[in-house]
Amino acid sequence: MAHHDDPSYPAEPLYQAREPIHPKAIHGRFRRFKDIVLLVAYGVFFLLPWVRWERGVGPDQAVMFDIPSRRYYLFDLVIHPQDMFLLAGFLILAAWLLFFVTGLVGRAFCGYFCFQTLWTDVFMKVEALVQGDRNKRMRLEKQPWNGEKIAKKGLTVAIWTLIAFWTGFTFTAYWADAPQLFVSFFTLDAVSAAYITTGILTATTLIAAGFAREQVCIYMCPYARFQSVMFDKETLLVSYDAARGEGEAGRQPLKQGLMTLEERHAQGVGDCIDCKLCVQVCPTGIDIRDGLQLECISCGLCIDACDQIMTKRGWPTGLIRYASEQELETGEKPNLLKFRTIGYGVATVAATVLLLYGIFARAPADFSVQQVRQPLFTTLASGDIQNNYNVKINNKLQEPLEFDLAIDGLPEATLSVVGDFDSLEVPADGSRKYLVHVRAPRDAQVERREIQFVLTEENGRIEPLEHDASFVFR
Amino acid sequence: MSQTENKQGQVETTGHVWDGDLREYNNPLPRWWLWAFYVTIVFSVVYWILYPAWPYGDSYTKGINTVEYTVEGEDGEEKTVSEHWNTRALFTRDMQSSPSALAQEEWVGKVKDMSFEEIEQDPDTLQFAMSMGNYTFGDYCAACHGAGGQGKIGLFPNLADNAWLYGNSYETIVNKINNGIQGMMPAQNVAEDKIDDLATYVLSLSGEAEISGEAASRGKQAFASCAGCHGAEGKGNEAMGAPNLADAIWGVADVPGCGDDVACKVDEIKHVVNNGIQREMPAFGDRLTETQARMLAIYVRQMGGN
Repeated sequence: MAHHDDPSYPAEPLYQAREPIHPKAIHGRFRRFKDIVLLVAYGVFFLLPWVRWERGVGPDQAVMFDIPSRRYYLFDLVIHPQDMFLLAGFLILAAWLLFFVTGLVGRAFCGYFCFQTLWTDVFMKVEALVQGDRNKRMRLEKQPWNGEKIAKKGLTVAIWTLIAFWTGFTFTAYWADAPQLFVSFFTLDAVSAAYITTGILTATTLIAAGFAREQVCIYMCPYARFQSVMFDKETLLVSYDAARGEGEAGRQPLKQGLMTLEERHAQGVGDCIDCKLCVQVCPTGIDIRDGLQLECISCGLCIDACDQIMTKRGWPTGLIRYASEQELETGEKPNLLKFRTIGYGVATVAATVLLLYGIFARAPADFSVQQVRQPLFTTLASGDIQNNYNVKINNKLQEPLEFDLAIDGLPEATLSVVGDFDSLEVPADGSRKYLVHVRAPRDAQVERREIQFVLTEENGRIEPLEHDASFVFR
Repeated sequence: MSQTENKQGQVETTGHVWDGDLREYNNPLPRWWLWAFYVTIVFSVVYWILYPAWPYGDSYTKGINTVEYTVEGEDGEEKTVSEHWNTRALFTRDMQSSPSALAQEEWVGKVKDMSFEEIEQDPDTLQFAMSMGNYTFGDYCAACHGAGGQGKIGLFPNLADNAWLYGNSYETIVNKINNGIQGMMPAQNVAEDKIDDLATYVLSLSGEAEISGEAASRGKQAFASCAGCHGAEGKGNEAMGAPNLADAIWGVADVPGCGDDVACKVDEIKHVVNNGIQREMPAFGDRLTETQARMLAIYVRQMGGN
């Protein structure tokens, strides 16, 4: 039976409201690195759809995912539906790379490259620009909803919405001709899918980067959940050197008699002056000094914060630093050449090589031969036997190709293509299907013969292609 | 998640106690999660309003969303129908006005405007016509002629070979599709003592049997009454749909089914001679549009080649 007589019965209901986090802005090498990544990522994402590119057939957009015509255009690379294994290869490569990096330096992806982190970062910068730094923002939070608060919060959300909208629109522009979409979008002339995509992305960007923030990392992202599986004692983590920071007598703020390292060490007090700057700068609102936590996205801002304080005091930096659990316990530096790292590294390199090979060794054209199965063979008026084949030719080049089709393995057979053509022409970046009749004199000896279809480009632009098939006599 | 701690530094529990000492940690769900649940409830209510949802009695709530499509009324006038949202209506509408339907319409227009010779020279149009012809064939012709046009000996002609009872001009094929065919060979009254020779003679035209001397001349003599339709040499007559008896193709008498058994072959021929043939292909003109019939003709004509 349940009782409500327990003194620890929570005053809070069973649902927990999110407490807004107002991280303090900080400078330092990790912040600078994050800013560079941010600039590069934003530059690529927002400008790429507008880059023009000349190609023989297809849109003049450098990167475009053209769903209606079933082509992905990546500069000079055109990905056809039958090349979709490249996408699988790319995803496998991404996974191996992620495992490799995680095994080595922990959640580097989360802290520096994840779009949730990047967009949250930008939204926080907007917040800081409009509402001021941490203290001002916290004061504003506590303030009643007066004119100033409405104006500042309103302006923040307005700017967020603009960024979110442009994010959504840019994403949509990857799937259509960007300048055309721009015009049609704002003249309310674009397809509904464009508005729906932009709308959904605007909303999710605004919610995820403006309001949900660390909640996305903690509750929604599966990666946060399985990160621990990939960690071991030698994985580099953003960690607090507890031995140095706490000493024997724990951390103590600066005060009379505890101002210098010598004084502190003499009394067994650690180097941490409990200034809480590392907590204030944390975008997920945790205290790194509590050790490895699910919420930590490994962004390194607490390292910047602590280093800044240590430098100011003239003490050695690195009280919070990238260190492995083992290093903190024994002082032993991580061994980078451990089996797992090498394994993931080899897998990453192998996946890259295979992917590149897959891209560059793609046949410029391919064809398939499917025998008509009903009827498998037909007796003709002359007594000869006829088999029919559906031949489909895909031309992946940016120029038209002209083919001659012949068969090998049945010298007495004749081949004719339905239609009145001199050659099998396949337009640039296109495909054609032809019905082919093959006739051979009746052969009472065998039921079937294995044959090859040979497709030769008339102008020798590509190597001849072969396809196995069989000819059925009875 | 780490456990939330209360002020005493103990781990906070929900306050429920079972069996005197079992407590449950309080790891509260974030509130926005609860809101997301409420949003799904709102979503479902909006859904009920827009789409068919709740059954009642022998009916159901229809929702306010509608689908419009055109139908041809009894007077031949096209009119727009508006129905509550349902997938059948959606399908009808898509078949009329979706981008694919419009693209198909455009291609059908091309076929309509081109002559058969022009279509044969244009790979894309030919491919389209063959493909549409294939589907039309599946809908209307395959029930008798078979999915691949292979037919059935004695009943339905084989369309996959290169023999054509009425010739293989496109115009003839379209004409036969539209108007149907009465395939008729009257039963022949051949005397008992002549019929074996006649049958053997017919088989000899295509090398299925050997005949010589007296028997050959008796057979040939008896064939005179056949020659009116099948021609003096048994080469057939396309104007009447009389088949060529001198080629390797057998449409009615199952000669290939006999293997090397000549007596069986003779019986097959005798059966046809004695009983005649009465076959009918219905007219499809009122079920196909002109362009459909043309595309069907292209498909059928090219299925077996010349």
